[in-house]
Amino acid sequence: MTGPTTGGHPTGRGLLARARSGGWLAALPLLVFYAVVFGGPAVMIVIGAFTVDGRPSLDNMERSLQGGYLTALLGSVRLSAVVAIAGAVLGTFLAQAVVTSRSRWLRESVLTASGVLANFGGVPLAFLWIATLGNAGVVTTTFGLDRFGWSLYNFWGLALVYLYFSVPLMVLVMTPALDGLRPQWREAALNCGATPWQFWRHVGIPVLAPSLLGGVVLLFGGAFAAYATAAAMVGATVPLVTLMIGDALSGQVLVGHQNVALALSLDMILVAGLVMAVYLPLQRRSARWLR
Amino acid sequence: MATLTPAPAVLPDTAPGHGPGGRGRPRTVRVWRGVVLVIAALYFLVPMVTAFVFTVNVPNVGFTLDAYTQIFTVEGFVGSLSLSLGLAAATIVLVLLLLLPAMLAVRLAAPRLKPVLEVLCTLPMVVPPISFTAGISALLPWAQDVLAPTPFYQTIITIQDQRFPLILVLAYVVLALPFAYRSLDSALTAIDVRTLVEAARNCGASWPRVMLSVIVPNIRTGIAGAAFLTLALVLGEYTVARLLGYVPFPVWIVMISGSQAQVSVAVSVFSLLLTWALLLAVSSAGVRKGSES
Repeated sequence: MTGPTTGGHPTGRGLLARARSGGWLAALPLLVFYAVVFGGPAVMIVIGAFTVDGRPSLDNMERSLQGGYLTALLGSVRLSAVVAIAGAVLGTFLAQAVVTSRSRWLRESVLTASGVLANFGGVPLAFLWIATLGNAGVVTTTFGLDRFGWSLYNFWGLALVYLYFSVPLMVLVMTPALDGLRPQWREAALNCGATPWQFWRHVGIPVLAPSLLGGVVLLFGGAFAAYATAAAMVGATVPLVTLMIGDALSGQVLVGHQNVALALSLDMILVAGLVMAVYLPLQRRSARWLR
Repeated sequence: MATLTPAPAVLPDTAPGHGPGGRGRPRTVRVWRGVVLVIAALYFLVPMVTAFVFTVNVPNVGFTLDAYTQIFTVEGFVGSLSLSLGLAAATIVLVLLLLLPAMLAVRLAAPRLKPVLEVLCTLPMVVPPISFTAGISALLPWAQDVLAPTPFYQTIITIQDQRFPLILVLAYVVLALPFAYRSLDSALTAIDVRTLVEAARNCGASWPRVMLSVIVPNIRTGIAGAAFLTLALVLGEYTVARLLGYVPFPVWIVMISGSQAQVSVAVSVFSLLLTWALLLAVSSAGVRKGSES
């Protein structure tokens, strides 16, 4: 490894010293780009959220936490929580079923499919489900589900659709964690007289906990930020904060409420930031178990 | 936002490790596993199958492939798809041009900047795309006002050009940063950047030559991964484009869905297949790298 350097060591040092003095300049374009394209909008959100008619004010933030806006924000949090928890439970069961299976074919196909479906979102996802369970969907018309009052275009319909990318994401998160659960631990526990339930209670779940919580956070973030699927599916019938911001940006907003969109955006960033703040230390902790 | 997570490499040798669980377990475990797998298969496969049925089985007409042949003739298809592909190409080029030199610089010259770069490249994941869009749409009019008396006014107008909105490229570079960074970072970690650069420089190679002939060929799988993930992201991106008022491919699909339901579902099925192909390409690039080393 050091072969090439030992021969020309002095020159190498010199070169690197020269690189060190000005080398960081190569990072400058990215930093400038970042400051303008990411920093600019971020600053505008904060300024706009605390400005009314050019004067500093807390009105926007207050308004964004009242009435319909608050309902939308809570609706988004509730939907994301339902999707995150249901997705985490179902994804973990599916991952466990795959991990304990001895079929390599099953394992590989489930993991590949999960990799694809975890990235399959947005508009096409909405249309896939509209064609299946929408008002004119194949399953709806075949079984006459509309007679039973079935509708895909509500809270639970959205949850059902969001699980389509959330469960696969959870499978991707949990499979390495479940692989890390060594069979020897189970054997040791069972040999010491533990019941399977005791094994899971005292060994399995604690070891998996960081990955589980990390997965929940990822799922929550994904569902919370999703806009395209909801916009294409339900329009505005389900109150969601992303749909509110979307409406406001498309000009459908009351006079004097323009900056509320920015206040709502700030609310979203704060919620997502809080959730991420939980995730990052957990990820580091779970990395210990996943080699 | 559905996070772009590449399919993990399948560990071939773990399955036998769980062998004891397979045969010796009580039957309930196997039944339970079967039930889980059947439910999952139904949930994930039924929409794919029914969506396809929906596109080929038109009421009162019967089986027809018209929806798929019509895709190409519906107004706006070529325009929106070529816009999306153009945006994707520009985004890939820009994200690589910005990231690669920066990532090399923090490895070779300014190691203390590395955590900073890492945090910067993770932050766009915390900000939901729609909030980012709200920020952009507040920034643009402001910048237009401020820059009006300066020569930069033309720039701010140009980046909002309907035919090729550079503002979308800029936004997509930000959205792609986390994925591109992780892909390139793992590729750069796998090689000894310092030794390679020193060797090449000692042999008299110029910096551009070091980049193109030494670094890039050694991390081409990382570059390919970053490029594919960015491509998938841009081809499916709806939020920013729709709210800033541009019509690339995903926005076009929604626009035609009112009048051409079959076609819009057909395009959705097609885009699922495309996502599949792209991500298989990413993971197979990773596998090929594994078998080489």
